[in-house]
Amino acid sequence: IGLPGLTFGANGKVVVVGGGTGGATAAGYIKRLAPSIDVTVIEPNREYYTCYMSNEVIGGDRALDTIRVSYDGLRARGVQFVHDMATGIDPDKRVVKTAGGQEFPYDRCIVAPGIELLHDKIEGYSEAASEIMPHAWKAGEQTRLLRAQLEAMDDGGVAIISAPPNPYRCPPGPYERASQIAHYFKHHKPKSKIIILDAKPAFSKQALFTQGWERLYGFGTANALLEWRPGPDDAVTRVDTDEMLVETDFGDQVKAQVINIIPPQRAGRIAQVSGLADDSGWCPIDFRTFESRLQPGIHVIGDACIAGEMPKSAYSANSQGKVAAAAVVALLAGQAPGVPSYVNTCYSIVGQDYGISVAGVYKLAADGSTIASVPDSGGLTPMDAPDWALAREVQYAYSWYDNIVHDTFG
Amino acid sequence: NTAQAETLLSGADARTLAMTCAGCHGTDGASVGPASPTIGGMYRGYFIEIMEGFRSGEIYSTVMGRIARGYTDDEIELMADYFMSKPFVPAQQSYDRNLVPVGARLHDRYCERCHADGGIPLEDEEYFILAGQWTPYLEYAMEDFLADRRPIERRMKQELDRLMRREGPDGLQAIFAFYGSLQ
Ligand SMILES: Cc1cc2nc3c(=O)[nH]c(=O)nc-3n(C[C@H](O)[C@H](O)[C@H](O)COP(=O)(O)OP(=O)(O)OC[C@H]3O[C@@H](n4cnc5c(N)ncnc54)[C@H](O)[C@@H]3O)c2cc1C
Ligand code: HEC
Ligand code: HEC
Repeated sequence: IGLPGLTFGANGKVVVVGGGTGGATAAGYIKRLAPSIDVTVIEPNREYYTCYMSNEVIGGDRALDTIRVSYDGLRARGVQFVHDMATGIDPDKRVVKTAGGQEFPYDRCIVAPGIELLHDKIEGYSEAASEIMPHAWKAGEQTRLLRAQLEAMDDGGVAIISAPPNPYRCPPGPYERASQIAHYFKHHKPKSKIIILDAKPAFSKQALFTQGWERLYGFGTANALLEWRPGPDDAVTRVDTDEMLVETDFGDQVKAQVINIIPPQRAGRIAQVSGLADDSGWCPIDFRTFESRLQPGIHVIGDACIAGEMPKSAYSANSQGKVAAAAVVALLAGQAPGVPSYVNTCYSIVGQDYGISVAGVYKLAADGSTIASVPDSGGLTPMDAPDWALAREVQYAYSWYDNIVHDTFG
Repeated sequence: NTAQAETLLSGADARTLAMTCAGCHGTDGASVGPASPTIGGMYRGYFIEIMEGFRSGEIYSTVMGRIARGYTDDEIELMADYFMSKPFVPAQQSYDRNLVPVGARLHDRYCERCHADGGIPLEDEEYFILAGQWTPYLEYAMEDFLADRRPIERRMKQELDRLMRREGPDGLQAIFAFYGSLQ
């Protein structure tokens, strides 16, 4: 027993702030579910670079333009684009204001601004410093820069990755990045080394990554291509862009030719200034509809929101975009939003023909208090997965990429 | 795990459940590949059988066991109906043109009986899609059948054994090229 394909009686204006994974999914799915709803996306960039598969660009297996996505697919669905930055949202007048001086009235607003990087949590780091020590935690130019630095590095050089404290966008991301760089070094610069300096004492899929690194990159041996130093002692607390060194909490100084600083983060700036974020820096929401708990009529999805057990990932942003789209359509039609369902899966490509994954299927807690994993479901690639299974996971990771991009932006 | 102490809300409708699969299987189950199978248009009985097989572990999977365990029988049935109601969109993929005539012939001899018309969706009867499915997926499924990682229909096993004896793995390659050509 399903709802009909279209929701009748749904009319009105929806403004979406942010045309990233969450915003694009929400916009496209509102149009699919209720074409009569007016959807406008406010997004400064004219095209989108996916962070997902950007580690493979950094490692050299993919070209940058293969992670570039056009908004034409969404336009073809009738989504309107305004290439500008939202600077404020008035929840009483129900209007979004932009840097260009325009105002966009809405019946419902969806905010998906991704993350703001807190550069100055690390002494000596700043937005300007990211031109020398890239974060590449937003894709595009930063991805290109980090890749160019690795290509320019001499064999025998050292690359540092400074991994942030929880919570942050894409929990396995820094470790997939280290893996991809190790893969590059193994084949092109075998005397080089990566050092991960982590704010955390443990990380996502750690046993699986460690096992892969042991098998592929000599992890734990004298000739290891990569090393992991755990926090809190080895958290990076200071950087010096002139000396090209970092200093850890313990007081060690480490010099390197390439330094990738992934700073602490919080919800995108527009969420902060619009009163959507709480003291944690992230946005509390109603778990059924993603409506903000702090401002009525505004839904927050993707990395910016606090989504219970769902990690901050593209799959989550896409899943949440659909739940929010369905909820907004129902609310505009004067209906109660339906029961949601959510999924996340994160693939990490550790090396040649070596992929691992973590999956989750979620439901809303009956009392509305969280989004929780369905018991006895989800989980990790098994530690005893044979080589041919790990090779399949790489192909499925590529398939996931192509399908999610198509579903989100197509 | 605090979630186990909580009650979770069931009752999502078919479309809401099915929308979560698009990240791997494409919008409405039309996978753009290169390897994740297209599930749009899949026969509902087979969908249920394979999801239950993933869930129990009887059918080998890299990730679907972990996913399928998130769903109840009712939810699987809802999704089965939903995906069957969607069109099957054949994969736009490359294939070896030279192998197609041989493949067509071998399919007719060994597989057509149960995978009618090349293995396409049929009206009013059970079907198992092969034509237009992503070739890597068919290859993986076949590896799993041959390695006893998933149960195989007894008479399909017989036909496969005959095929392998007479034509070797090249025979399967040709058959898959034939399925790949059906776009
Ligand atoms: C290296 C790396 C690898 C990753 N790999 C994976 C992976 O393998 N799998 C996975 O699932 N996820 C992965 N992720 C995570 C994924 O990229 C994010 O979780 C996802 O992009 C979040 O979507 P979002 O919509 O919240 O934010 P984004 O996709 O970042 O979109 C936010 C958008 O909002 C816009 N915006 C911001 N402020 C404003 C404003 N004021 N006005 C208008 N527009 C604004 C921005 O320009 C941007 O386009 C990875 C991330 C990184 C960094
Ligand atoms: C993270 C990726 C991913 C997600 C999410 C996912 N699948 Fe799958 N699916 C796969 C892969 C990979 C296979 C192949 C089996 C395997 O190795 O797991 C598969 C196989 C299948 C098959 C077997 C198709 C055939 O012809 O034999 C069905 C049916 C299926 N999935 C249904 C679903 C449904 C329904 C959902 C959502 C509730 C879903 N899948 C979500 C990746 C995914
Ligand atoms: C006697 C019937 C029969 C014959 C003959 C047969 N099949 Fe099948 N096939 C099935 C059935 C039934 C299934 C569904 C799985 C099951 O229930 O065992 C299936 C499933 C499959 C699948 C898995 C599809 C999927 O999406 O999961 C593949 C691949 C396949 N068959 C290939 C072949 C090939 C190639 C041949 C010929 C060499 C062949 N089959 C001959 C009955 C048959």
